Amino acid sequence: MSYFSDIYKGVKTLLTGMSVTGKYFLNSRKGAITQQYPDNRDTLKMFDRFRGEVIMPHDENNEHRCTGCQKCEIACPNGTIEIIWDRGIDETTGKKKKKIDQFVYHLGMCTMCGLCIDVCPTDAIEWGQNFENSVYDRAQLTRVLNKPESKLQPGVED
Amino acid sequence: MNISLSITKNIHDWLLSIMPESAANIVEMVLIGLLYLAIFAILGLFLVLLERRIAAWFQLRIGPNRVGFHGLLQTMADALKLLSKELTGTTKADKFLYNLAPYFVIVSSLMALAVIPFTKEFHAFDINIGIFFLIAISSVGVIGILLGGWASNNKFALIGAMRSGVQTISYELSVALSLLTMIIITGSLQLSEIIEVQKSGWLIVQGHIPAIIAFMVFMISGTAESNRAPFDMVEAESELGAGFHTEYSGMKFAYFFLAEFINMFIIAAIAATVFFGGWLSPFGITESIPWLGVFWFLGKTFILVFLMMWFRWTFPRLRVDQLLTLEWKYLLPINLVNIIIMALIVWLNLTIQF
Repeated sequence: MSYFSDIYKGVKTLLTGMSVTGKYFLNSRKGAITQQYPDNRDTLKMFDRFRGEVIMPHDENNEHRCTGCQKCEIACPNGTIEIIWDRGIDETTGKKKKKIDQFVYHLGMCTMCGLCIDVCPTDAIEWGQNFENSVYDRAQLTRVLNKPESKLQPGVED
Repeated sequence: MNISLSITKNIHDWLLSIMPESAANIVEMVLIGLLYLAIFAILGLFLVLLERRIAAWFQLRIGPNRVGFHGLLQTMADALKLLSKELTGTTKADKFLYNLAPYFVIVSSLMALAVIPFTKEFHAFDINIGIFFLIAISSVGVIGILLGGWASNNKFALIGAMRSGVQTISYELSVALSLLTMIIITGSLQLSEIIEVQKSGWLIVQGHIPAIIAFMVFMISGTAESNRAPFDMVEAESELGAGFHTEYSGMKFAYFFLAEFINMFIIAAIAATVFFGGWLSPFGITESIPWLGVFWFLGKTFILVFLMMWFRWTFPRLRVDQLLTLEWKYLLPINLVNIIIMALIVWLNLTIQF
């Protein structure tokens, strides 16, 4: 007699599915997930895990958290990150110490895999929300992430 | 000319006063043809828009809302775009059949539209074998699909067309048998007679349990008949590109596309006429105003169209073997038993009548 129970189960599961989509249909007014992008450009807030580009946040004293350890450069699978570093005299201890000169980021080569951000021991780089990255010249996609005259935030290396 | 062209009674009298009878008949036929072409085009474009909006709401999107007020002109713009596109074709296509195929599809759905009663007097062709004619005509459309698939000289198109043949031949049985179940109550194939019978209760109420089963079977097989999801193996995008109309472009593609939506409307209109009383208002509340019948008819039809769209955006596509299992092992036996039950109910006078 599985024939009739099959028919019953079939009808029941079809109605269950229809009730699920029916609920979505009735709630579609409130929960439309579409962004009307160029119109709401001013108020558009990208979601938290959005991978737009890699940025290096600086605090108000123009200090970043990058120690120049180059782990991100090693982790990057396609050579997007290039760290140009130098040795400078540390003011407090007077010893010679490694510091970054330029954190070069080639956005044109980046696949947004996020390995650099995962591997960074000091959380110096993170995901940015900007996605309007189109430019007329490819060279403009090469960016220097650390601001000019910026320094390492004290206490990061301790 | 014994075809009752009752839509145009007034126009008929007026035309007779200014020209001989045969000329008047020809002018009337041209006018009705143009009217139904206009209905066809407007309905097709509106249904495409409706489908897109409803699909968007089911998927928590917004849908087309840019062209015109709330996107109402979107499909107009699409039709204009398709009109202006080049009609391409493959070099090894059978040119004659290739060009003929869209007209088969569109003519068959137009012919089916002609027998559907919109309201009391708005009925182009009140033939006494109405349901039989509808069943016969709705399976002519598949010839267009088969021709299109064959003549394109494209493997995917041919596979799509063959699947369509399998599907239509199978599900034709269920459509016919489920309508036959209701004809046991009405005792007539003429659509105006069927509606006349329903003045003492819609057939789905009159025939209670077997009528509800017949309605469910009709909606399932009707969805399959009009090649819509979940039975859209004819144009399964993930398997066959666009299926039988892969090689068509521009307006010829639009003909296939419009005919598909008109077929959906026709299936819903037959269901509304046979099961839900067509243009009759519920409990006869607007019986004194006959032209409101159009409103009731379209209301019932669009509720059923919405039901078919709900199917489409809920159920996943069937495989070919599942499709045939559903028809031959489930729908057909259920249908045959259902006919016997209905015959017993009519014989023992167990129908519910007000």
